[in-house]
Amino acid sequence: MDQATTTQLSSDWPKGLRQVPFRLYQDAAVLIQEQKSLFEGPVWNFLCIEADIPAAGDWRATFIGRMPVVVVRTEDGSIAAFENRCLHRGALICFDNAGRGAKDFACVYHAWRYDLSGTLKSVAFRKGVNGRGGMPGDFRLEELQTRKLRIATISGVVFGTFSDLTPPIEDYLGPEATAALRRTASRPLQVIGRFTEVLPNNWKLYAENVRDTYHASLLHVFFATFRINRLTQGGGVSVSESGGCHVSTTLAPTDAVDRAYDGMRSVDDGLRLSDPSMLDAVDEHGDRVTQQILSVFPTFAMQRTYNVMGIRQFVPRGVDSTDLNWIYLGYADDPPDLRRKRLKQLNLAGPAGFVSMEDGCIGNFVERGAASAADAVSLLEMGGADAESQDTRATETAIRGFWKMWRRVMGQ
Amino acid sequence: MTALSAAETILRVAGLNAAYAAAIDDDRLEDWPAFFLDQCLYKITSADNIRDGNEAGIIYADSRAMLADRVLSIRRANVFERHSYRHIVGMPVAHASRDGIAAETPFVVVRTMRDGRMDLFVAGRYCDRLVDNGGRLQLRERVVICDSSRFDTLVAIPL
Repeated sequence: MDQATTTQLSSDWPKGLRQVPFRLYQDAAVLIQEQKSLFEGPVWNFLCIEADIPAAGDWRATFIGRMPVVVVRTEDGSIAAFENRCLHRGALICFDNAGRGAKDFACVYHAWRYDLSGTLKSVAFRKGVNGRGGMPGDFRLEELQTRKLRIATISGVVFGTFSDLTPPIEDYLGPEATAALRRTASRPLQVIGRFTEVLPNNWKLYAENVRDTYHASLLHVFFATFRINRLTQGGGVSVSESGGCHVSTTLAPTDAVDRAYDGMRSVDDGLRLSDPSMLDAVDEHGDRVTQQILSVFPTFAMQRTYNVMGIRQFVPRGVDSTDLNWIYLGYADDPPDLRRKRLKQLNLAGPAGFVSMEDGCIGNFVERGAASAADAVSLLEMGGADAESQDTRATETAIRGFWKMWRRVMGQ
Repeated sequence: MTALSAAETILRVAGLNAAYAAAIDDDRLEDWPAFFLDQCLYKITSADNIRDGNEAGIIYADSRAMLADRVLSIRRANVFERHSYRHIVGMPVAHASRDGIAAETPFVVVRTMRDGRMDLFVAGRYCDRLVDNGGRLQLRERVVICDSSRFDTLVAIPL
């Protein structure tokens, strides 16, 4: 990112957090700067869950922004992660999604070999063959360093950062998101499904969507009609000090008559399920929470909706394309009837979710609506101008929090 | 059920598949649940999830009523851009036994969007258990195993 582009971003930025120029979702130069300043900057990027890599040599490939990385369980039981790029010619070191029990990693191109923590250990034919060829005398293998991430694990969820300045994970999350994550991941997690939804929009439109407590009961008819999430139900939004992380909570409805949604498209009183067993949930945490979304800046969200548990990781594939990776979760010790409830309630989430499917297309509606509006702004004025915690969800405070952190790490 | 010849079995399954695909592609979604028994399993998953032993699907219904609920939700609740499918369904591999028919059928779905854009949306296979219910072949189980775990934008209409 050159100085001219940085200056240009700053000069266009409106005062406060209430307006966001559409250009920030559209400009390829912004994504390039995000890669360096944000994804590789002072943030915790989601990598995997510990259950993905239980034993030494187990690994998964994922992404930090556009950068491919590998996360590995090493021989001593710790977790390592490194850029998935051979130091020789830049090929992927691991080219599958995941593997088990590796002893080391060898690039397929020229067999350069790395240990489980990503340190280069050997170069094929370094001395040449029959006294000819080989690396020059001043070649120093130990001077070639793979880019490695610092790891933090909380309740079995693994994050990584390239920056020494990233605060400890609990400070980064703030007390409310930390408590919510610890409660959701209170027992060993098990992956029960993995799907990817290709979102035709900039990644930040999805980062905003998971923080947008205002839209849920308006866009998603299912939420409001079945009182899974209405703004009139109890709950609120907690935003971390940095703004980057949030947790929003919706409590079970009371028996009081709720007229706030009368006449709105999102409540369809004629909608009745023939098989209501899909919504037959148990209050497994004893907290009356029907829906909880927590986000960790930049690209992680964790969801509880009734008995649905899931992680969403959103990975930019380009300025207007984002992979939304859904990781459906249960507890490893789920009794069969509870597991069945999760499988049935998962109809609410994911690419075909009764609730979630609209989020798959809404970001693209923004992309298309704002196609010729690079200099116009998106408005974020619900619930004030700052990014403080609020005891209502009729607010855009968590989205303003996202931009507060975005501006800080991007130097805006 | 009475024993069927191999050719007869394949023809019956192929006939059901053709009618099933036509109901979806012609936007007669209300006819879709009737291809299943009252107690059934309909699940959309992927080859990788099957390989990894992951139970969850992006759609998971264990009754015909849940399928009807999905149609109701698509018609009345969910928001998405108008689009249609064209299922091209291959020849089934089918085996009849005393318990019914086990069949596997490859398919592709081309999706056409409101603005005319067409994409190869899904390739996969139907893994089915079918029974003769009073002379009518019905699905006890249809597990839709997509070759890919990636889906563009959203999956509203069933596969």
